[in-house]
Parts: sequence; structure tokens; C-alpha cells
Amino acid sequence: MLGSESQPLTEHMETAANTSEIDQGLKSELQKKGIVVTAIQDLYNWGRRSSIWPLQFGLACCAIEMIATACARYDMDRFGAGLFRASPRQADLMIVAGTVTKKMAPQVVRLYNQMPEPKYCITMGACSISGGPFKDGYNVLRGIDRYIPVDVHLPGCPPRPEALLHGLMKLQEKIDSQVIEKTEWYQKGLKREFPVPEFGPNGLNPPYNPEVFTPGQQRPITV
Amino acid sequence: MEHTLSEPTPTLDTQMLEVNLGPQHPSTHGVFRMNVTLDGETIVKLKPVMGYLHRNHEKLAENMTWLASMPFTDRLDYICSMTNNFAYALAVEKLAGLEVPERAQYIRVIVAELTRLVNHTLLIGFLLNDLGAFFTPILYAFREREKILDLFETISGSRMMCNFFRFGGVKQDVTEDFIPRAKDIIQRYPKFLDEFEQLLTTNEILMARCQNVGILSKELAVASGISGPMLRATGVPYDIRKVDHYSIYDRFAFRVPIGAMGDVYDRYFVRILEMRESIKILEQAVREIPEGDFLSAKGAAGAKAPRTFKPPKGDVYGRIEAPKGELGFYLVSDGSPKPYRYHVRPPSFINLTVLEDMTLGHKVADAVAILGSIDIVLGEVDR
Amino acid sequence: MKSPEDIYHDLEAKFPGAGITREGNAIVVPKEKWAETAVFLKENPEYALDYLSCVTGVDYKEYLECVYHLYSLQKKTGLVTIKVRTDRQKSELPSVTPIWRSAEFQEREAYDLVGIHFQGHPDLRRILMWDGFQHHPLRKDYVQENQDRPPGEF
Repeated sequence: MLGSESQPLTEHMETAANTSEIDQGLKSELQKKGIVVTAIQDLYNWGRRSSIWPLQFGLACCAIEMIATACARYDMDRFGAGLFRASPRQADLMIVAGTVTKKMAPQVVRLYNQMPEPKYCITMGACSISGGPFKDGYNVLRGIDRYIPVDVHLPGCPPRPEALLHGLMKLQEKIDSQVIEKTEWYQKGLKREFPVPEFGPNGLNPPYNPEVFTPGQQRPITV
Repeated sequence: MEHTLSEPTPTLDTQMLEVNLGPQHPSTHGVFRMNVTLDGETIVKLKPVMGYLHRNHEKLAENMTWLASMPFTDRLDYICSMTNNFAYALAVEKLAGLEVPERAQYIRVIVAELTRLVNHTLLIGFLLNDLGAFFTPILYAFREREKILDLFETISGSRMMCNFFRFGGVKQDVTEDFIPRAKDIIQRYPKFLDEFEQLLTTNEILMARCQNVGILSKELAVASGISGPMLRATGVPYDIRKVDHYSIYDRFAFRVPIGAMGDVYDRYFVRILEMRESIKILEQAVREIPEGDFLSAKGAAGAKAPRTFKPPKGDVYGRIEAPKGELGFYLVSDGSPKPYRYHVRPPSFINLTVLEDMTLGHKVADAVAILGSIDIVLGEVDR
Repeated sequence: MKSPEDIYHDLEAKFPGAGITREGNAIVVPKEKWAETAVFLKENPEYALDYLSCVTGVDYKEYLECVYHLYSLQKKTGLVTIKVRTDRQKSELPSVTPIWRSAEFQEREAYDLVGIHFQGHPDLRRILMWDGFQHHPLRKDYVQENQDRPPGEF
């Protein structure tokens, strides 16, 4: 297990699977000479989790808390995630902050499709998780996870900025635990594009994407 | 090819370009879409498309008790939740004939004016962001907002969606340190405004980009139902706090700033002046606030058992001067604990009527500045 | 500011036999006379009701109603409430957008959500729901697709 001596560079990679099997003594000797030894995967994950660039995608009230998280008091830039991109082609993370309505849902799915792999999605606030307080509305989609896969759900109405930072840290842990050989974007022939729903006479068509969402499914709570 | 002066030169065949600004766009203040038809870079036609955040507030309210809609009014104009609560509470009190005790009135006014400060500061931050000053004015604005939100969190438990008002007063009394902290903020705010103004008001880029852009005439503003700072920037001296004499605004001495030209710069400057007037109201209110009840007896009974709160049959239209304009509620009661019809008159929605008129002939970059100066919040536009 | 009683008498005098009635604080104008009454209320210098604040469509079970709230910016007076009624099947009302431009978006919303057709509106199409939506959601008999509970039982 790494981290027995204080090695600042490798300390945060404890949660990554497949940690290197290099002899500890050799590692410390090399480090004294200024040479750092690690696994490619750890380096890959460390680079990715320390500079997640979110897409500027605030829908409703949670967007204001997202902006407040990016501001001076609860600085999100120290996590590397402070550079909000305007275009989905340049973003890694889509923070769906706010209620997703049926009128807006096709655009959200299109934006998710336009993001290049590896891409993640955080649903911030009760509305994008399950419809929230507006669940009984005729124009409100009961959670964006009906159409796209979501990595982190962040409850709250609105969640405090500290809660968003906690969610971001959870996402960073998830990224740390991803294994290069098994990741989706390096599989042959895989294209993660989700079908865009269409407007029907009284709702969206289809009402949910069966590959991504099963109604009534119980999911385990991971905290 | 040779051309003599008598022959006309052949012109290029041009075509209009139809572009979508939004719904996902860094400067549209939310999910708002504009169908813009361009001739080169000049706007020839602009049609706003909204409804991307239509959350069925009015239909949901028909199925909930009167008090249960109060947290939903927070989410209308999500930057100023307290004034939305104020408008709704005022409308229902008018319908049901409830009195509000003195201390509660003062608390309401203090909280409403603090919200006005938050809103105008944030608007100036976002407007400057749209003009290109990427994020620095927002950082200044949010710094002040955080101080005021700390106060709101102390009294209501939540930073943004406060749900603080009840019919007949406020939910609970303010804490002992609320008034001293409020006095501290009010005392430091003019200094922050001076700092803001020093950076912005005589800034040549701001003046070049905002003056004579998006001019709105008085007649068009009145005919289109524009309200709030946008109306006052065109030169019409109409402020609902002075006209309707609602709550206890009559006891405070404050002036109503009006603009001369009705362009983007005037709307920005009217808001700066309004912030200074709000500080005057706040200074008077924190000085004069009396001791007493925070919720009338009938209101407390209604808050404890919402299903017994049945206003008499009838309808009412209650309105206030929200930071964005005239926020009104039209409520129809049929004597049951739930409203029969609940309609919100949102200022942002109606202020958008003149968006096309103001942007014709300008460039795309100006359209963004003009939209920023109208001060829309999509939660209110779409409800 | 004139009371609703006085306004009613003035309108009765101006349009005799039109069927204008009073209900509480509001004045009910039949839809055939609404366009003329609106012009009168706006241009008469005694009223000068130049500011249309709010247009609401309401669905009472037997009829649909449109409520107008008017103020005068010149004289800083208000509030005048006018109600105009139409039936559910052929719900048509004259549009007041040529008179007060603030009705432009609000009438579109009343059309979209309650289903009142306004004749003379420059651009009557849906504003909040998408164009292919086929119902009027704020009517009392609307059933939505994911209706968990019957309406009225929350």
C-alpha cells in the first residue's frame, strides 16, 4: 500500500486500482535522486481528475449556486475545475444544474452527445435527479437520467456550494478508480451517443431510454 | 472587366443568415433562445423563444394549499426570493383581509431592500460579464452577495430559497445579532458602490458600448407594459412603492431616479442610483424598527394548519415593486383551501416584448448587451 | 380615481344596451363590445388607462374568461379590472394588442395555456409549450401523460 512514507506525489493515488508493484525501497531511493516512478494509469487518472473542465450549463436556480461555487469564497478553481467552457466540444463535465423540462430535454441530450469522451455528468439539485419539487408538472422531465447516464447525483434545493465541491470530489474519486483497459472510450467500435427524444403531442417520445433507465429501479446509495 | 461611370456596378448576391442564440449560450442568462436573422452582422429580425424552463408553477399551485405555494414563489425569480414571497403574501393578505404587525412590516422592508441590493449588484456583474469583462465584476458582486446571504441564512435557514414570509407576518423573529450585522453591511455598502463606480461608470469601454445602444422611447415603454428600472431609465417617474403606498414605504424618505435616454447605459446607471436610495431606506428602517409581534394571530393559525386557511370567495390582484419591475399575483379563490386560479405577472416576461424593437439595426454583440440590461431571469419568464 | 360603480355608470352611458355588468370590483364587458370599450378607456382623457398590467385567462367550467388589469401612468391611478367571457368550444376574443402592446406575449400565453383564440393578434402561436403540443394545460379537464394522482388530490 503506498503512502507508508510521506510521498506527496503518490499519496492521493491510494484509491486507484492497479497500483504499481514496484519495490518500495527502490522507489524511495529513486525519489531522493529526483526520479518519480508510477504507473501510467495513475498518471493518466491524476491528470484527468485534476483538470476537469465543466460545461457552462446552468438551467435554473442551481446555476446561481454553481456560479457562487466558482467565485471567491468557495473557489472551485483550486480543484482544477474552474475553467467553464462555453462549447461542449471542449468540456469534460456537464453539471446539469436546474430543472430539465421536456422542451429542453432534447437539447440536453444533444449537448451530451457533442461532448468528446471521456465525459461525465453530475446532476446538481433535486430537479435534475428526479424532477424535484416540480415533479408533478406537465412539462417537467422527472430526472435527466432517463436519457443520459449520470455519474454523480447531488441532492439539495439548491445544494450548498460546499455540497457541490463534495460532489466534485466524489467524481474525482470515481475517476481515480477507472482502469484504462476497461474504460468505455477505448473499447473498439463503441460510440456513446444517445438518441435524442422528440416532441410528441402530450410529452416526449420516447418517455425514457430503456438502455439507460429502468423505471422503479432501486439503486444503492454510495456515499 | 471595365465599368464606366454610367453603368451600375454589379452588386454581390447576399442572403440573410438565420442564427440561433441559445438555449445553451454563455450570455443568455439561462435557457433563453433568440432566433436572429442577420444581414451581415446587423440584426434584421429577432424572435425570442421561451418556455425552456416552464415548470408549471401555476398548475401546481391549483393543487396545493395557499401556504404550500410559498416555497414555489421563491423559485420564480431565483435571485430575489424574498421579494417574490413579499408579493404573494401581500396579495393573499389583500384577499383575506389580514393585518400585519409593525415589527413584521419593518422586517419585510429591510429584507426586501437588501434583496434589491443583491439583485442590482448581480445584474451589473452579469451585464459586465456579457460585455466581455470576464468574471471580475461578478467576483466583486458575489462577494457582497455572500455577506447579505449570510444574513438571510441566519434568519431563514437557507441562503437562496428563503421561504421566510407568511400570511400576516414573517415566519419567525430575527435573531439578536441581525440588526447589528445589517447595520454593519449597510454602513459598508456605499464604499463598495464607490469602488464599483470608480471602475465602471466612467470606463470608456463601457460608455462606448452602452451609450446610444438599445434606446427605448417613453411611449413604446408605456404601451408595452414595461416596468421597473427599465421604465424609469426612459424617463417615466413611476415607482410602485410611491404610487400604490403598499406596506410601510410611505414612512421612508427616498427618491426615484429616472434616466434621460433609455439606453443600456441609463439602465445601468439608474440601478446604481437605486441602490443608493435603497441604502437610505435601510438606514431609516434599522433605526426605527420597533419591538413587537412578528406574525399576527390569524396568520399564525393559518400557518400552523394550512388546510384551515380559507380566504373568502373572490379575486385579487396584488403587486409590488420587485427589483426587476412590477411583480403581480392574480389570485382567484372559491372559498376552499386551494386557489382556483393562480397567475403570476412576471416583469421579465413582459419587459421582453420590446427586445426586438431595441435590437433592430444593431450588431449581435449589442444584442447581448441589450438582453443583459433588461435583466431577465428565466424562472420568472417561464414560470 | 373613480370607483368601479362610477366607471360602470360611465360605460353604461357611453355604450347603452351593450350588456355591461358589474361583478364585485370588476366590470364584465361582452366580447362584441370589448374592442370599442378598450379604445374608449385608453383614449378618454378622464381615464387615460394607458398601461395594461396583466392579462389572465381563467377556465371556469361553463365558460372561459379573460381578465384585464389596467392602470393609468399619466394620472398615477389604477386599478381597473375588466372581465370578458367566451364559451369553451369556440373560444374567440378580440385581441387588444393593437391598443396596448403589453398584451402581445400575455395573450399568446393565454392562448397556449387556456386555449382562448385572440382575433387580430399579430402572431398567435404557442409561447411556453412546444409547437406540436396539442392540449391546453391550464384547462380543468387536462390530463397529463404521467398523471400519478387524480387532479385535486394532493
